[in-house]
Amino acid sequence: MRFIDPHIHMSARTTDDYERMAAAGIVALIEPAFWLGQPRTQVGTYMDYLSSLVGWERFRAAQFGIRHYCTIGLNSKEANNEALAEQVLEILPRYLMKEGVVAVGEIGYDDQTDAEDRAYRAQLGLAKELDMLVQIHTPHRDKKRGTSRSMDVAEEMGVAPSRVIIDHNNEETVQEVLDRGFWAAFTIYPHTKMGNERMVEIARQYGSERIFIDSSADWGVSDPLAVPKTARLMLERGIPTKDVEAICYGNALAAFGQSGQMREEHWLNPAPIDQRVLFEGNSVLRGQQPKVGELPRIPERADEIVFK
Amino acid sequence: MNPEQLIERWLSARLPAPTGTWLQESARKLRGGASDKDLYIAVSLVQRKVGKDDLAPTPQELQEANAGRQGWDPTDWSIDQAARIYLMLSTHADGAEFARRLDQLCVTADVGELVAFYRGLPLYPDQPRYALRAAEGVRTNMKAVFEAVAHRNPYPSEQLPEPAWNQMVLKALFVGSRLEPVVGLDQRANPTLARMLCDYAHERWSAGRPISPELWRCVGPFATGAMLDDLKRVLDKGTQPERAAAALALSRSQDPAAAALLSPHADLQRALADGRLSWRALAPTN
Repeated sequence: MRFIDPHIHMSARTTDDYERMAAAGIVALIEPAFWLGQPRTQVGTYMDYLSSLVGWERFRAAQFGIRHYCTIGLNSKEANNEALAEQVLEILPRYLMKEGVVAVGEIGYDDQTDAEDRAYRAQLGLAKELDMLVQIHTPHRDKKRGTSRSMDVAEEMGVAPSRVIIDHNNEETVQEVLDRGFWAAFTIYPHTKMGNERMVEIARQYGSERIFIDSSADWGVSDPLAVPKTARLMLERGIPTKDVEAICYGNALAAFGQSGQMREEHWLNPAPIDQRVLFEGNSVLRGQQPKVGELPRIPERADEIVFK
Repeated sequence: MNPEQLIERWLSARLPAPTGTWLQESARKLRGGASDKDLYIAVSLVQRKVGKDDLAPTPQELQEANAGRQGWDPTDWSIDQAARIYLMLSTHADGAEFARRLDQLCVTADVGELVAFYRGLPLYPDQPRYALRAAEGVRTNMKAVFEAVAHRNPYPSEQLPEPAWNQMVLKALFVGSRLEPVVGLDQRANPTLARMLCDYAHERWSAGRPISPELWRCVGPFATGAMLDDLKRVLDKGTQPERAAAALALSRSQDPAAAALLSPHADLQRALADGRLSWRALAPTN
């Protein structure tokens, strides 16, 4: 079985993670632009970060046989530094048309302040103008109301629900998101919020239409193998294979594939130029022999993680 | 025809009509003095509009390229790279303005754009302005970007100062890239580079790691003293391609002692005399 992790912050992860993800069957991932734990104070550092998402990180992932896509946006936390936010909104259009940018994201609300609301609306406007998808981060606190509000504003701005992915759902938010026609993504967190046991029950109850999962792994305690591990658990608990495939691969591809920037052929049958540009380097595999199309073996962990 | 006109013709022969029209229209706007933002957006849009097929220039087009700009070799270009460079050239900006915009484009570039921008170096106005940019390209961690500067590109040999040139050649070996496609390799060989390469060979020997036969190409013309000892070691202990490389290198040395080192190796001497050894044949294929 192949997997997509449609929300993971690889800039904060190591090459060990890439190796394990590839070995576990992850063929593609999406890295949303977010905050780095330490707030940025300069537009220049924000630009360098966005450049790394369309440049270095994309290349780094390819060295492990994983296709890297990203979403570009001003996250809700940093929208509260209004002087910075204004400058970031100014430079975003320079990134949104880059190769592999599948949506404006992750945007939305954190504390649900007025400044967050302004930045969110401005970026929904950009998405409309450039005919782009939107990936929404729903708030950790006052979640139910924040999720409803995110959808209200998207609809008010005229963005079609089928073009919006609502992320970090839970049992309390999923019904409304699905009823209103949006995509519902779930983040599988190791210790908090959505654990993979709970995800199995959600799959049992809601099926697989417009539902998919991600790890949101970042610099915090998180699990870059959350998608394949949850897939295994779902199968063990009797969720039909076609639903597991939809939740762990097909639906993320269908949702973000609407951008035209993410296509199955990219990992099944890459263009010659991509093979030359993305798959030939060895700078990450320093001192090792890179093998195009083959993945490093990690036999001591294979039993636990390899899932095919 | 100048490079801008040539690329325009090559692309119009390859692109479907609506895409060709979009490209022509974008170029026309840029010629009319469009803003920075117009250029940035048009260059970014290329990958969504034009696709990524190989340009695959014909032999005649390659001749035209070399006639339009000596040393220009678009053999490995893709269509989107050509279109991006074409749009940049369409601005007809002077050197200062072009260099400023190129820097801005590089700040926000994705991987494919970086490769395109560096491949375009020999075509930009006021050539000496881009030496620091080229050196920056050499510092990249992305092999494809490095090779956009180093391979089939006349710019480095024409404009890079010796320290940057030497870094480029050494780095090509270091990242497992080839020297054969480096333009001007023999003309820009120098004693400092020869010394750096021999030091690198010693590092590799100490680590028990293999050495590309191509390394000795830039050592040969300056081989003397301890460098001759290194070449003797390769002759005596190297693999067959390494021995052939050492023989070729020694044949270029000015030091009379070089010929003496070759004399016990009749097989290599014969191959040299018959013209059967060449650097091209010794370059790894990848």
